[in-house]
Amino acid sequence: MSTTSMRPCGDFRTSYQQDNTIFETKFIWLLAVASVGLLCLAPLFLDEYFLSLAIQVSYLGIAALGLNILVGFTGQISLGHGAFFGFGAFASAWINTQFGIPVFFAIPLAGFLTMAVGMMFGLPAARIKGLYLAIATLAAQFIIEDFFARAEWFSGGSAGAMAESVDIFGFIFDTDQSFYYIAMFALVTMYLWGSNLMRTRDGRAFVAVRDHYLSAEIMGINLTKYRLLSFGVSAFYAGIGGALYGHYLGYVSAEGFTIMMSIQFLAMCIIGGLGSVKGTLMGVIFMVMLPESLESVVGLMKETSWGNIPAVVDGIAYLKEMAIGLVIILFLIFEPEGLAHRWAQIKNYWKFYPFSY
Amino acid sequence: MNFDLLMQLVINGLIVGLLYGVVGMCFVLVYKSTQIVNFAQGEFLLIGAWVCWAFLVYFKVPFVVGFLLTLVFMAGFGVLLQMIVLRPMIGEPIISVIMITIGLSMLFQALMKWIFGVSAESYPQVFETESFSIMGLNIEAAYLMSTGIAVVIMGLFYWFFKYSKQGLAMRATAFDQQVAQSLGISVKHVFAMSWAIAATVSATAGIVIGMVNGVSDSLSVIGIKVFPAVILGGLDSIVGAIVGGLIIGVLENVAEFFDGQYLHWGNLYDIAPFYVLLVILWFKPYGLFGQKDIERI
Repeated sequence: MSTTSMRPCGDFRTSYQQDNTIFETKFIWLLAVASVGLLCLAPLFLDEYFLSLAIQVSYLGIAALGLNILVGFTGQISLGHGAFFGFGAFASAWINTQFGIPVFFAIPLAGFLTMAVGMMFGLPAARIKGLYLAIATLAAQFIIEDFFARAEWFSGGSAGAMAESVDIFGFIFDTDQSFYYIAMFALVTMYLWGSNLMRTRDGRAFVAVRDHYLSAEIMGINLTKYRLLSFGVSAFYAGIGGALYGHYLGYVSAEGFTIMMSIQFLAMCIIGGLGSVKGTLMGVIFMVMLPESLESVVGLMKETSWGNIPAVVDGIAYLKEMAIGLVIILFLIFEPEGLAHRWAQIKNYWKFYPFSY
Repeated sequence: MNFDLLMQLVINGLIVGLLYGVVGMCFVLVYKSTQIVNFAQGEFLLIGAWVCWAFLVYFKVPFVVGFLLTLVFMAGFGVLLQMIVLRPMIGEPIISVIMITIGLSMLFQALMKWIFGVSAESYPQVFETESFSIMGLNIEAAYLMSTGIAVVIMGLFYWFFKYSKQGLAMRATAFDQQVAQSLGISVKHVFAMSWAIAATVSATAGIVIGMVNGVSDSLSVIGIKVFPAVILGGLDSIVGAIVGGLIIGVLENVAEFFDGQYLHWGNLYDIAPFYVLLVILWFKPYGLFGQKDIERI
């Protein structure tokens, strides 16, 4: 398959190795490398606003991929992802200030700590599924949120926790431009790792558990182990995303990690496409852009003579919330497979462009 | 140990618990007959309470008329919601169904905040006397009324499902949709009706709570609080929902008592039901009265 064509001209796979490959042709591989290179140059062109959006996409994207591994690939449900995200943010700040471990190492350690907590709350998944699991994770969300408010030694209580900037060999990543590289490095690493995970035995076991758990068990997949593992991986991603968030803002407060955040993560997965790594990123971009674009539209409307409606201008916060609720509903009714599916359809359309049959 | 305070809190817990039971019943009703988990249950309370408030304050209608108009509105709202949003969800995986009701909940919560604002508003005075004193315990008139209404609703539910033709049709549908269909029951009507009932009854509960505490955004929290109640009672048992509601209502008040008197942890009132929820799910996932799911290969 080492052709230089843009895309494979058909399914000519003759080995499992070819079936598993992430980059189907050399061209796609080159394209991926080129886009990573372009991402590295982006701070030269983009202003602060777009850089901050890109950083937002990256830390939310990492956490959302974790949720998609749990929901989209393993078929479990979690309504507590926002709390795990918050736990990662606090854990990293805590590890850094309490033990003096450099931030660069504190972030993955926070990921592992969150993983442990996630597996603890995933324990009910060994016995229950579907709706019951959703409600169990809902309880986890509230209990962890309560823990943030209560455990002053860990989260600083209502005052919040300070998180230092990332510091590698004395170079401090405290501006948007510099933190952008940390965020992109983490994003690319975690997405590659996520795609790779799905090619391994463990990843295939996740999918088998999702598709038919009884068959999976009969084929020798330990259901409890893989459900727990999936919760663990998902929480690990949430922890990494949260830790990045904390060190980017420099300050973590207990208020942000509500059920709303968990719902937004779920919305990202559904809008992007459940069970699609690429789709997750699309969903995250969509969900980050939605409130921003709504705000700029209202900002433009305010300038015009007809659009300066006080109800709309003052109620922009509620309009944003309503928009999120509405897109969840509309996507579930009209495009349940998400943007990834739509993207595949567009690609198929152009593949045979003039002759669609 | 302050027994008077404890007794007062237990009574409060029972009264609130009855309301949890009523809302839980609606939840179970929708779950049993349409297999949909309604995360937007709390928003029914919220919408009902605000609509009734708007009738009373903006249109100045008498309470009874406003209340009945609200019920009519909510019945229509429930049916429309079922037809437009939830009918396409039949046969979809559970995550989609959960997410669509969560989406509805977000949408309506924000819509209500947008229309009516975030500050709590109180209803115009309905009762002359504020509170009674029964055996040395203070009980507000509105609480007494809420207990009365809750008991009446439960009685109506019992009568409806036991003796009325529609109720029988709904039970048949809950038992087996295909069998019900082959017996000439319109499953579509049953679905629409269960949403209408859930919406009206929840709205009643919302109005009652709104009379006691004022109408505000916090009403929708009840929609989350019913989860511990219905899981404790068993997700598909109406009796279980009532028992679970009472237990959770008492439990949170007793937790608050111990918190205030001895532990001083704070916030135990809100969080205790969720610890209970986790424990139940861990040891007895199908609750006290729920039917155990047996899977055969």
